[in-house]
Formats: sequence, structure tokens, C-alpha cells
Amino acid sequence: MSLTSTERGDPSAAGPDEARVGDAGRGRPAGPVPGVPRRGLAYGGMAVLAIALMVLVPMFFGTFQVNQIGRFVCLAIVAVGIGLAWGRGGMLTMGQGAFFGIGAYVMAMHMLLSDAALRGPDTLPSFMVLSGNGELPWFWEPFRSGTVTVLGIVLLPALVAGLLGFSLFKRKVKGAYFAILNQALVAAVAVLLIGQQDTLGGSNGLSGFQSFFGLSLADPLNQQFIYLLACGVLVAMVALAYWMMRSRFGELLVATRDGEERVRFLGYDPAGVKTIAYMAAAMMASIGGALFVPIVGIISPTSIGVAPSIAFVIGVAVGGRGSLFGPVLGALAVAWAESSLAQAFPSGWSYFQGLLLILVIVLLPGGVASLGQRFRRRRADSGNGSTPDPGTDPAEPAHVPAPKGTLT
Amino acid sequence: MSVTDIDSRPTAAADQTPLTTPAGNTGLAVRDLTVRFGPFTAVDGVDLDFAPDTVHFLIGPNGAGKTTCVDAITGLSKATGSVRLDGQEVLGIPVRKLARQGIGRTFQTATLFENLTVLQNLDIAAGMHRSRWSLLGARSRIDPAIDEALEDTGLGHVIDRPAGILSHGQKQWVEIAMLLVQRAKVLLLDEPVAGMSHDERQATGELLHRLKRERTVIVVEHDMDFMRQFASEVTVLHQGKVLSAGSVDAVTSDPRVQQVYLGSGPDAEAEGNQPA
Amino acid sequence: MDILISQLVAGVSIGSVLLLVAVGLSLTFGQMGVINMAHGEFIMVGAYTTYVVQRILVDAGLSLLFAIPAAFVVAGALGLIIEQFLIRHLYHRPLDTLLATFGVGLVLQQVARDVFGAQAVDVAVPGWLQGNLQVFGAVVPYSRLFILVLSIAVVGAVVLFMAKSPAGRQIRATVLNRDLAETSGISSRRMDRMTFFLGSGLAGVAGVAVTLIGSTGPTIGTSYIVDAFLVVVAGGIGKIKGAVIAAFTLGVLQALIEYSTSASLAKFFVLVIVVAFLQLRPQGLFAVKTRSLA
Repeated sequence: MSLTSTERGDPSAAGPDEARVGDAGRGRPAGPVPGVPRRGLAYGGMAVLAIALMVLVPMFFGTFQVNQIGRFVCLAIVAVGIGLAWGRGGMLTMGQGAFFGIGAYVMAMHMLLSDAALRGPDTLPSFMVLSGNGELPWFWEPFRSGTVTVLGIVLLPALVAGLLGFSLFKRKVKGAYFAILNQALVAAVAVLLIGQQDTLGGSNGLSGFQSFFGLSLADPLNQQFIYLLACGVLVAMVALAYWMMRSRFGELLVATRDGEERVRFLGYDPAGVKTIAYMAAAMMASIGGALFVPIVGIISPTSIGVAPSIAFVIGVAVGGRGSLFGPVLGALAVAWAESSLAQAFPSGWSYFQGLLLILVIVLLPGGVASLGQRFRRRRADSGNGSTPDPGTDPAEPAHVPAPKGTLT
Repeated sequence: MSVTDIDSRPTAAADQTPLTTPAGNTGLAVRDLTVRFGPFTAVDGVDLDFAPDTVHFLIGPNGAGKTTCVDAITGLSKATGSVRLDGQEVLGIPVRKLARQGIGRTFQTATLFENLTVLQNLDIAAGMHRSRWSLLGARSRIDPAIDEALEDTGLGHVIDRPAGILSHGQKQWVEIAMLLVQRAKVLLLDEPVAGMSHDERQATGELLHRLKRERTVIVVEHDMDFMRQFASEVTVLHQGKVLSAGSVDAVTSDPRVQQVYLGSGPDAEAEGNQPA
Repeated sequence: MDILISQLVAGVSIGSVLLLVAVGLSLTFGQMGVINMAHGEFIMVGAYTTYVVQRILVDAGLSLLFAIPAAFVVAGALGLIIEQFLIRHLYHRPLDTLLATFGVGLVLQQVARDVFGAQAVDVAVPGWLQGNLQVFGAVVPYSRLFILVLSIAVVGAVVLFMAKSPAGRQIRATVLNRDLAETSGISSRRMDRMTFFLGSGLAGVAGVAVTLIGSTGPTIGTSYIVDAFLVVVAGGIGKIKGAVIAAFTLGVLQALIEYSTSASLAKFFVLVIVVAFLQLRPQGLFAVKTRSLA
């Protein structure tokens, strides 16, 4: 394999000092981004998802089931974020329940405050009338406003994830350490919430909502609207994830996952890259939590702790964590399986969940989505440029030595 | 182009001032570099001069401290002393910032992003000189610098292949292409031809000479044949110290070098070529 | 001053429980780099073993003493099975081990629910452990004292085993340099199994202790696993000494914070402190291995 020896006037015609403004307008067109579905396929898939959820489901299922599916949709929103952070970024976020909880509790506070405001100014949410000292806790105040609530749902988790993530990643806390700390975080948050009987409902959580931004929750038409809203948000999150995966940032994220130190040698800060993905996942989890509240009607620490956080991850693992639709479909499927199986065979579900996790991890780490890849690989000739699959397990991490000592 | 025509500039011995090219590019000057791991001194007060437009080789037996020197220069190991790039002190600067200053290196084992294509690998490397905001968008056009680097290294036809399936030689060339796209002024290549076939080595050597224009090329190597063919300047390290420096002939005929590295005496040279 | 002492005593008590639950993990996680998320369920298995032994022997004191070795063997055997059939296949994939063993934990929890019922079962505390002792003005239940003594004894035994016994030295050799140990005739597979057996068995013993201070139900494992990992991570992977110091430090911290705020806030703050501590010292108190678990 020899190099072509081109005789050129000046081998370094590139001229290192030539100013470059990115590749706007220069150079030949680039093809689709490998490792990510082509635009047609992706948008087609999103359309199918939208139609299935927003048109077919209400058509074929009754109100109760539509509501159930709405719950799955909220869990799927969380899954999209985990797919980004874990599948593309290599960060096993076992504590997404914490961010889910931020969005959910913020939304719940707002809804209870609006309900109370309807009864009269300065009335307290009902559960506080029974317990507590008759005053609204200070951290409830900002969420009287709908705008602040929406902003809070998006920005608060970003802030927490940004601070926590950056400080951890800067210190090269990653992999299993990171996963364990995540889990400890959500465990602590759950314990904290259980203790806040007077201010956040404790282990009972917050419930008894009557309206959602002015819409009465008793009206089935409004319920359906909220369901459609959640589906729309899910599709939007998938689109957002697709944009991120396709972008140069998405490629850099995969590179950081596969070779964190190597990326440093290319002038990037891997901590920053990972933090951004972590923040995106946190925001998505929070949004999922926020929509969960009007659909399910209650938020309590049992939806937020270690077990639900792992359940989020299981869905993503089953569906295929690095792919675009894998996390969504996996989350929907696992959630649906849980709700149907758990009713029929309550003990059977736990076995199923545990065994599913074990089998997927051992036999099919890339999830169901990787079946397609494996099938394609078997058909194509080996060593013949099959499309790369950044979605599956990363290659052996490049053996780039890491800086010793405390070099920041 | 005959190999013996390669670069007839006068050698820069350790105590001469480095040569300057018109662009103000003075290359890499290392003074009194010392790296200690606890009680063990891996690199002991080493002075090195690497001028641009030259292919320098850094050789020495195993454990001589070659890779440690490179690690120290590129910010991986803590060191004392001075490393100046074009007159600017760069010792101790974190890895990330050093890369942006124009110091690039390759590693002994392949360190590409195996799941990404060659194009994606190079595009990431090219990102060093793009604005941060370009990360938001997807690639619409291929940076001409990438195409040039691929042409230089003869890899245009594998641009869309996943980097993981390339041959070892091809991977090394992609690594070099990444250095080009990064606009590295100093190329530190750690055993670039280990495991390559004879033809691949030839091609790599010729590539290095094409690339040396306005860049400082430093090769850490074990392969003596490769060195004899393609080195313009050689520095020999032994037990953390500079044993000898100069042209290939000057160094290989240095009796100290012969004793330590090649076996003692002129006969040893005939029988004992270091294996790759 | 009285309050400080009683909080310190409470902290030492909490710390001894933390140490017990963490020492087995320190072996499997620290020595082998295996993340066994079912470690909490092994603790649960140990607790239920105590229950079963008590059902057979009736006398609470006798069953406690029998339960300790029984739980060690039962949990250890369980660990061996899981190592042989599952973990062995996932040795260079720590994240996958983490998830797969979590699945194992889920299954074990359900087995406990099916066999013993979802409600907590009653494990009687022996008469000679009921009542309190006055220590420097603080009130210490005898059961807690027992746990403290047990934790010290267990850690002491582990340290002695690792340092002096031929098996312990072989384990250490395998951890330090697997290939070299193999060429010296040590079967690294045997060492893996033995280490995992030990670590899991120690979790079982912790389960016995846990029956003295709380109820025994299918989910008790989940409340201890997170703490156990924090102790190991903060203490420095691979060093028992680190786990000891971390356990008691975290215990005292929790007790002090609990006094001024509340139990739930205390757990939260302890976590924040651990995270902050890891900022300063990502390798934990005593680092043996600097390789990162990517």
C-alpha cells in the first residue's frame, strides 16, 4: 500500500497562515453523517412516531389507555436524553430521576398554586392547610408564574447538571464512578423529598391537581390535549437529539466517548463536551417529569428514586442506546410491558425486568437497534467499509496516556 | 528524488543557535529537560534542538527516555527545564492548549476514533481552527485542508471508511493527516513505522520529507534502516542523557553510539542491525 | 459536650454498620474492579438467613451466633454462582457488570418477596443484646456495641487473611500482576472466585448485623448499597484502611449533621461532601490503582 507521490509546486499549499472562516462555501459537499440515520429516514421515522402516537393511539384506545400511554411517552422523553448522554456520550446516567423530579415537582408546585389561586388570593395548597405552619415555603413563590415555571423546568436541571457534571468531569470522574455517584445523588434526593412532609408532601408527594395552565383536568378533552402535547414534545425531543447527533458536536461527543484523552490532544476539553450532553439529558428528563404530572396526576418520591432511575436506563438499553429511535421505542416497549405484565403477574414482572436487563447486557449490548446492524454486517463483505456503528459499545478506548498529576 | 539528496543543511549541534527560516519559525528548543519519577530520573538535563525543514530522529535503546521526552514536551509528564517553540516557553502548558499552539504528536498504538470515519476523524482535528459555533451545525462541505491532507498522505479513497478497519499503516497516515489538518508546526511521531511493510516505510519516509517544509518533524524510532534512509539529523539518547547528535554519518560512526546501541566496533554494524 | 459525645458515639455506630456493609465490597470492587450492584441483595440474603436460622433454632442468641457463619456461606455461595455464570463474562466491562448485577439484584429481591412475603419479617434480638450501656454519658444499645465489635473483628480477620494466609497472598499477587501470578502457578480464575466468594460472604455477615438494628424485608439491600459504594469510593478503591477511615468519618458526619438538621438532609449533605471531597481527591483517601474505571 504505497502513497501516491504527487509532485506539486508547494506541498504545503494550504498555507498555515491563511485565514479560515470555517467551511462556509469552500470545499466539496459532504455526504450524510455516518452512524446517524439519513435525513429522510430520520424525519420519516419521526413522522411515523407522531402519527402512531397522536393519531392512531387515540383512535384505537380508550381514554384510560391513552392516559397510560401518555405516561409512557413522558418516560420516553427521559429516555431520549439518556440515549444522548449514555449512548453517544458514554456516561451512564443512573440518576436521571433527580432531574425528572425537578421538573415534576416544579410543575406540581405551579399547578397547586394556580389551583389555590382560583379559590382566592393567598390561599395555600390543600395539603399545606392540613400540615405545615400556614405559610407558603419560600421556594414555592417563584412558581406562581407560569413563565417562571416553564423556565425553571428547563433551566434548573441544566444548572444543576452543569455544575455537577462539569466539576466531576473536570476531575476525570467517569465511567463507573460517575454512575455510582449519580445513583447516590438520586438516592439522596429521594430521601430528602421523603423528609419534606410539610413543604413537598413527603412520601405522599403532591397530588390533587385540578387545572393545568388554565385547563380543567376534569375535562377529557383537555386530558387528550395534554396527551397530544406530550407526544408533540417527544417528537420534538427526538428531532433535537437528531440535530445534536448529526452536528459536529455529536461527532465530537462520540469521539470523546471513545477516546477522551485523544480529544484533549486535538485541543478540545472533554469535560466541556460531556457536560453539554449531560445538561441536555437533564433538561429532557426534567421536561418528561413536568409533563408526567398532569397526565398521571401525582408525583411522589417513589417515581424519582433509585428504582425508577434504573428503569429509565433499562428501556434505553433494550432499545439500543446509541441509536436515534432505540431509546424511545425501548422505553415505550418496556413501560408498556411493565404495565400490562405487572397487572397480570405482579411478581413475574420483577423477574422479567431483571432477566431482561441481564440478557440485554450480556447478549445484545447494543439493544434491539443493533440487530439491524448485525444483520447488515453479516450480509456485507467483511473489511469492506460497512457503515460504522457508533451506537454500539465503543471500541477499546485508545491507549492514550492521561496527563499525570494535577494538570487542569 | 534520491534519498541522499535529502537536506544538506548544516547540522545544528546542541550548542549552536537554532536556524531561522524566513517565517520566523525557529522550531523547538529544549534545554535542561529533566523528568523524575520518584527517585528514578528518566530524563536527565537533556538539550535538544529541532529546526524546521528538517526530519529529526530521536533514537536510543529501550528505556533511554525518548518517549518520556516526548511526553514531557507534550505536557503528559511533569518536567523541569525549558521547552521553547519559536522562542515561546511551552513547558508545563496543559495538553489541550499545547495542541492549539501547534504541537502535535502521534502515539505508538493507534489512537484514532475507530467508530468514526476517516473524514470524521479529520474533521474533528480540523475543528481546532474553526469557531466553537461550528460545532452546532452538521458538516455541509468538506474542508479543503482535509482533502489536501488526504492527498498528501494518499488516503483519499478511504475517506468514508470507519477508521477502525484500516490497516495499521493507513491508521498511522491518518494520524499524520490529522496533524496536518491541525496545522501542527511541530510533528512528534512516536515510532510511526513500527509494524509497517517495507513499501509502507518507504512511502512514510518520503511523506515525512514532503511535510517537513515549514514544519519541524521529529521522529522517535527504533528502526535503524529507516533512520539511515530518511534522517537529516539524529539525536541519540542513552539512560536519559544525550549521547550524540548530528548527521546520520556523524552519529553512526560515533564510537560511543556504536558501543551502546549498535554493538562495539565497525564489524558489529554489519551483523547487528537493530530489529524494528 | 454531652451532645457532642453522644453524636460521636452515634456516628461510630453508624460507621461500624457502614464498614460492615462496605468491607465485602472493598474486596470485590477494590481488588477485582468488579461492580456488584447485587451486593445489597447479598446483605438481604444474610439477613434472611438469620431469620431462617432463628426459625430453626428458636433461641435468638444461639441463632445469631450460628447465623454468622451460615450467612457467610450462603451469601458467598450465591456470589460464586453469579461470578461463574455472569460476571466472569463481563470482566472488562465495568459498566455492563454494574447493570447486569443490578438485574440480578432485582431478581433476588423478587425471590425474597415470593419466598418470605413482601412484608418485613421479624428477627428477634437476643436477650443479652437488649438494653443499653452508658458510655461517657451517651446511651449505646448493646446491639450497636455488638455490631461495632463485629465490624472490627471482621475487618481484622480480612486484613490478617490478606496479609498472612497463603490464599490471601495469592489473591494479592493476582491483583497486582495477573500474568506473573499465573506463571507462578496461581490460577487466577480460582483467585477471582475466591475473592468474590469472600466479598459476598462478608455481605452476608453484614446482613446478620443489620437484623439487629432494623427490619428485615426484601428491599433493605437498596438502602445499603449506595452507602457501601460511597464508602469504598471515598476511601480509595482497593485499600481496606481507606474503607475503615471513610466509613467512620462518614458515619460521624452523618450523625453530626443529623443532629442539627434531619436524617434526610443529613444523607443529602453527606453525599455533597463526598462529591466535594472527590473533587479535591478523585482517587479517594488512599489510592492503590490510578487506572480509571472507564
